[in-house]
Amino acid sequence: MELSREQLLFLYTTMVKIRLFEERIQDLYARGVVPGLAHLYVGQEAVAAGVCAQLEPRDYITSTHRGHGHVIAKGAQLKYMMAELFGKKTGYCKGKGGSMHIADVEIGVLGANGIAGGGIPIAVGAALSSKMRGTDQVTVCFFGDGSSNNGVFHEGLNLASVNRLPVVFVCENNLYGISVSQKQHQLIEDISVRSIAYSMPGVTVDGNDVVAVFQEAGKAIRRARAGEGPTLLECKTYRWRGHHEGDPNQGRRYRSMEEVQQWMERCPIKRLEQTLLGKRIATRKRLQEIWESTRGEIDSAVQYAQESPFPQPQDLYEDVYS
Amino acid sequence: MRELTYAQAINEALLQNMERDERVFLMGEDIGKYGGIFQVTAGLLDRFGPQRVMDTPISEAGFVGAAVGAAMTGMRPVVEIMFIDFTTVCMDMIVNQMAKIHYMFGGRGKVPMVLRTNIGAGRGAAAQHSQSFHAFFVHIPGLMVVTPSSPYDAKGLLTTAIQDDNPVIFVEHKKLYATKGPVPEEFYTIPFGRAELKRKGRHITVVATHEMVNRTLRVAEELARQGVELEVIDPRTLRPLDQETILDSVKKTGRLIVADEGPVTCGIHAEIAALVAEQAVEYLQAPILRVGSPDTPVPFSPPLEQIYIPDEEDIRDAVERLRAYL
Ligand SMILES: Cc1ncc(C[n+]2csc(CCOP(=O)(O)OP(=O)(O)O)c2C)c(N)n1
Repeated sequence: MELSREQLLFLYTTMVKIRLFEERIQDLYARGVVPGLAHLYVGQEAVAAGVCAQLEPRDYITSTHRGHGHVIAKGAQLKYMMAELFGKKTGYCKGKGGSMHIADVEIGVLGANGIAGGGIPIAVGAALSSKMRGTDQVTVCFFGDGSSNNGVFHEGLNLASVNRLPVVFVCENNLYGISVSQKQHQLIEDISVRSIAYSMPGVTVDGNDVVAVFQEAGKAIRRARAGEGPTLLECKTYRWRGHHEGDPNQGRRYRSMEEVQQWMERCPIKRLEQTLLGKRIATRKRLQEIWESTRGEIDSAVQYAQESPFPQPQDLYEDVYS
Repeated sequence: MRELTYAQAINEALLQNMERDERVFLMGEDIGKYGGIFQVTAGLLDRFGPQRVMDTPISEAGFVGAAVGAAMTGMRPVVEIMFIDFTTVCMDMIVNQMAKIHYMFGGRGKVPMVLRTNIGAGRGAAAQHSQSFHAFFVHIPGLMVVTPSSPYDAKGLLTTAIQDDNPVIFVEHKKLYATKGPVPEEFYTIPFGRAELKRKGRHITVVATHEMVNRTLRVAEELARQGVELEVIDPRTLRPLDQETILDSVKKTGRLIVADEGPVTCGIHAEIAALVAEQAVEYLQAPILRVGSPDTPVPFSPPLEQIYIPDEEDIRDAVERLRAYL
């Protein structure tokens, strides 16, 4: 199925938004402006953009420690995200969660997660709930190659499978779990083969090709919505930055410069750009405008975050119980 | 004596134990090439190879359980759990297996393994990477719980832990990794259940753990100039707990503050307070006070996180509240 001009430009815009957001965080971190940990999504934009573009606002996602891309693609507002990263009261979690815990239940973001694999059973539960409530909502569960070794991955997939739940497991295989390469942490090449054990479709897709991700995610989400059960969708991609912004030299301790360089040449944004220009879907000028206006959005998000107040001491004790 | 950081002291203990005892091996996430996220195992992979310094997949229940099995069958595994927060992922292996086996089997078989992990907030890592729930493990019979507060203690206690035939939860503190102190080059042990009197004083006994020891010592220094003398005790191991040293001190001072970074409710504070209430109540001249974390998850926002962490000011406040009884 060919994508329309609008669809392609939408995917492009989402990826640019994620890229520029992350690059800004990188800069703010380097300057010591924002506290805590930041696990950046640069290089993996096609996965979040392609998958979430297939979701309806009423659908759910669960995200990971590397979650900025997922929540942006699901429709989160940059200013509330930025304020959260700054630890401000106006942030998505009132400054209590930070980068690793951004959530907005209203737009279906059931939370980024600091526990590797922690979101998997939660996604299964959300899917179970929509089935019980008789809605046609779908849940997408994002997690990494490293997290696919955790017990909850197997328990979650099995539970979803036996109950034919409307959930799509999206494994972002960026080839590393912190410093441990996929070759070291599992002997299979395609994580999608694990679907066989749970009798569900397993698909591997080029995770740097946003069109391919969009199409495969579309099939899996339609299956889920139609009541045909879960799918395991593996997207092969790469993170350009280190595991987090404190990882020395972008992870050179465990991966070579050449390897990083090779993957940077396969930039998902450049790739779509070539298609857009080649097929004369957009002019260079139009694309330039997308970058410029997104930069403007990020500037105002940063300004909003900077101008927002920190939480008050008594806020510490709020929200422990509802 | 030469000085090492707390992280280097632990590293040296691992190295010396691995050199002396072929049964000792390490398992954990990113402990090999990466050297552990706090660099505690740096260099050990080069020295001992991947058989004895194993980078594991992210599967805490799997490798902690595997360590239990290896320990039962003649090895001496030392497992690293990157943050204490992730011990919840393998709680069955720790609580129902590791801790229980020796007793449940009527003394047949033993589990000589060490589970190293760390506590402490203050790095902006939010609620799932900053907890200090080491007291959880003190609640479980069958486990030893060790809480070193200095590089010297860290090295000596870790060797004792590795040599011990029981399962040990070895709880490090993130804030301490970079602190330096004198550490002998030679191989040495520090017995479990022996507290250290960090400072002598007449007025108030403060039982403090981990970084709270250093915070208390700083406060004690200031207060001494004002004529208030704190007696500071570091239990070093919470199970077994050196009851005698604590009780002797309280009998002398008649006043007790317990300072530990864990949440106060059901923390180690409560246990030590109960011990004194049961065995030395007649010596008490003041209420027992607890300094610890509030009953909230750890907040991300820096100003809130600073309030969350029990610090010098909280210790000073507690002392202030006891002034009326001095
Ligand atoms: C249960 C648990 N164990 C360990 C960690 C520490 N940790 C955080 S991210 C990470 C690697 C995750 O790798 P992967 O799932 O491939 O995601 P990626 O970082 O590559 O996006 C690890 C080991 C954790 N957060 N949770």
